[in-house]
Amino acid sequence: MRDQKTYASTDDVFTVQDVYRCFPQMNITAVDTARGLFETRNSAEVAPMALGWEWVLKSDLPGNAPRWAEQAVQKLTAKSVEPGRYDLILEPHHLFLTIHESIAHPTELDRALGFEANYAGTSFLAPPEQILKKFKYGPEFMNIQGDRSQAGSLSACGWDDDGVAPETYLIIKNGIVVDYQTTRDQVAWLTPLTGRTRSHGTSYAESWADVQFQRMPNVSLLPGERDLKIDDLIAATENGIYIVGRGSYSIDQQRYNFQFGGQVFYEVKGGKITGMLKDVAYQSRTPDFWNAMDMIGGQSSYLMNGTFTDGKGQPGQSNAVSHGTPPARFKGINVINTGRDRG
Amino acid sequence: MAEFSGLSRAAARQLAERALALSKAEACQVNINASANGNTRYARNEVTTAGDTDNATVTVTSRFGKRAASVGTNVLDQAGLARAVEASERLAKLAPENPELMAPLAAQVYTDVPAYAEATAGLDAVRRADAVRNAAAESNRAGLLATGIVHRVGGASAVANSAGLFGYHASTTTVHTLTVRSPDGKGSGWGGTAHNDWARATPPAQLATRAVRKAQGTRASTALEPGKYTVVLEPTAAGNLVSLLAFSMNARPADEGRSFFSRRGGGNRIGEKVADERITISSDPQDPDLLTSPFTGEGLPVGRTAWIENGVLKNLAYDRFWADKQGMKPTPFAGGYRLKGTGTAQSLEELIKGVERGLLVTRFWYIRAVDQRTLLYTGITRDGVFLIERGEVSRAVNNFRFNESPVAMLNNLVAVGKPERVSSSESGDVGGPAVVVPPLVVKDFAFTSVSEAV
Repeated sequence: MRDQKTYASTDDVFTVQDVYRCFPQMNITAVDTARGLFETRNSAEVAPMALGWEWVLKSDLPGNAPRWAEQAVQKLTAKSVEPGRYDLILEPHHLFLTIHESIAHPTELDRALGFEANYAGTSFLAPPEQILKKFKYGPEFMNIQGDRSQAGSLSACGWDDDGVAPETYLIIKNGIVVDYQTTRDQVAWLTPLTGRTRSHGTSYAESWADVQFQRMPNVSLLPGERDLKIDDLIAATENGIYIVGRGSYSIDQQRYNFQFGGQVFYEVKGGKITGMLKDVAYQSRTPDFWNAMDMIGGQSSYLMNGTFTDGKGQPGQSNAVSHGTPPARFKGINVINTGRDRG
Repeated sequence: MAEFSGLSRAAARQLAERALALSKAEACQVNINASANGNTRYARNEVTTAGDTDNATVTVTSRFGKRAASVGTNVLDQAGLARAVEASERLAKLAPENPELMAPLAAQVYTDVPAYAEATAGLDAVRRADAVRNAAAESNRAGLLATGIVHRVGGASAVANSAGLFGYHASTTTVHTLTVRSPDGKGSGWGGTAHNDWARATPPAQLATRAVRKAQGTRASTALEPGKYTVVLEPTAAGNLVSLLAFSMNARPADEGRSFFSRRGGGNRIGEKVADERITISSDPQDPDLLTSPFTGEGLPVGRTAWIENGVLKNLAYDRFWADKQGMKPTPFAGGYRLKGTGTAQSLEELIKGVERGLLVTRFWYIRAVDQRTLLYTGITRDGVFLIERGEVSRAVNNFRFNESPVAMLNNLVAVGKPERVSSSESGDVGGPAVVVPPLVVKDFAFTSVSEAV
């Protein structure tokens, strides 16, 4: 899509922006008619990006299709997971969505103050005076950045829809919440707590027919100091599940209780992948989950994925946003079995 | 029949004919959508934003053999229409052949659906502000904070093609939803109403009173373990889940083995019992509480269809291509449905009296598919879960995450109440389908974890 946006205000701002976004997608279904089974595998590792046709070509859907189709077939006979607590190894094309739901949304200031209570919900990160510089979201190596500048990221722009040039800043620093997402209208509410008077530049309207309001920038988990890769995380795991790609997702209206599935699941035993699993979903509570993160990948394993149609507001507005992250490991997370008899 | 003042039947026909006259394609279809959209948002008992948007779009679909492309525009002068027609023709020639493209429909006969209500069309910014004031007054009086939206859309849609087809449908829809919370964040209640006719929607003060009572009631919630419970689902909660079943009733994925409605060994499950025998789900544009469009986007007439009748799957939706391939009659799904149960339609209060121990659920939220094979979904309760003991609501309890299938739910039915039109979309604005459902009592409903969210 091409988004041409012109903004003018009596505060002497006049901006013209031209943004391209692109989301190549494929979904493959394997059917076992005799047993009444079917499984799907989508192109989860192909991120939506603020790029053009070159991204369609680079995504190489036809080249990847045979591997995805093979995995869809494998899922038909994969072992159904035994419910229990596992160490989860989450790669970036999966973990980005967990970040989106359990970090990016609760750090929206309008939510925290109750302005979106009727649809998107509120936030457990409230009130701000009890949260900022106090709330421990995760381990000390956890740093969460807000920005609208990463190359190819969906939220990237020169100016937000208040005419503010966005900035790159930390929302969580060394595991502690230090800031929220703000617009011009909102920033003064936090000034007594932060000393800041400038908006972070997160105002957005979907179209000329919508009122701009606070929408998330790219919210990303920064890589760790050691350049660990996904193989290092798997090798260090005794009893775990390695999850690839986004799947089913749901979280409550204050962003505490969530459940996530995935595209493909692998059993990890003794530091090695030992086979494919199915019927996997994990349930957790946001602060418990992030404080259970004990390993994180390094810069070379950092990747972006994102959501093309994130909903918020009434009437509902959709925006597109990216989340960068390295792979990470989470200790002892509750896994449920979602398989059911169809009857 | 009432017409939309922004685009009358005659104006729609004239606009369609202007576009069709510009076409050089082998076949051409024109879809027109015109609307007057007004909304007023409020938060913490005060109006936050209000806006009105008038817009009209023409979408031109040009066809050459099995190639087709569509271009939309809201520049409706002659030059704007000509650009859209020319662009659609240029793109159609570039498009790959679509083997499933069906020939344009010839002229059809449509029923008139009286879906346009003057009370809704007249819900301007001043009247919406009055509605907010009446709702916020109830919340203010109780020392609580109301956040919500009053939203209305009035408009018309039309379809025409080069084979002589023309259809016009004017409609209005309105929704008012609000969430009332206590300032300390410990209580939350919800109220919602939706209808074509604002005069038939629940009045703002009454709606707010309902939400205020729930917010007050949930301030002292107590802990309850997850597990399987008998639940009394208020109509909105029932609509949240039944819609997941109703809008998945498509023939093609069923016939292709990739749906709950696929039969093991091949084919679909039409004729099989899929729900409790007291359950009937149907759609009918003429239903006075549904009033949906009498035609599809390509002009196929939409009539009354029973999807599930007395628990038996009677129909699945067939588009024209799939119906032709399978030797069936095209069966479109209307933009809404009604679920009704046989026997006495009890009120919510009567249903509660019949429950020894169970949970009363206000509504569900963030519902997402987990397994399409079993129609397993997960989601969250919000804005009021109450324990029922010996036929009475005894106390508020925490929220839960569920992992449940609407099919299992409709097979574990205990009792059915009186149907009503609900606002059952997660977004709480005008975007959702028309849904008429009763409160339901269901046993063995699976709550898999606790949510401490309020």
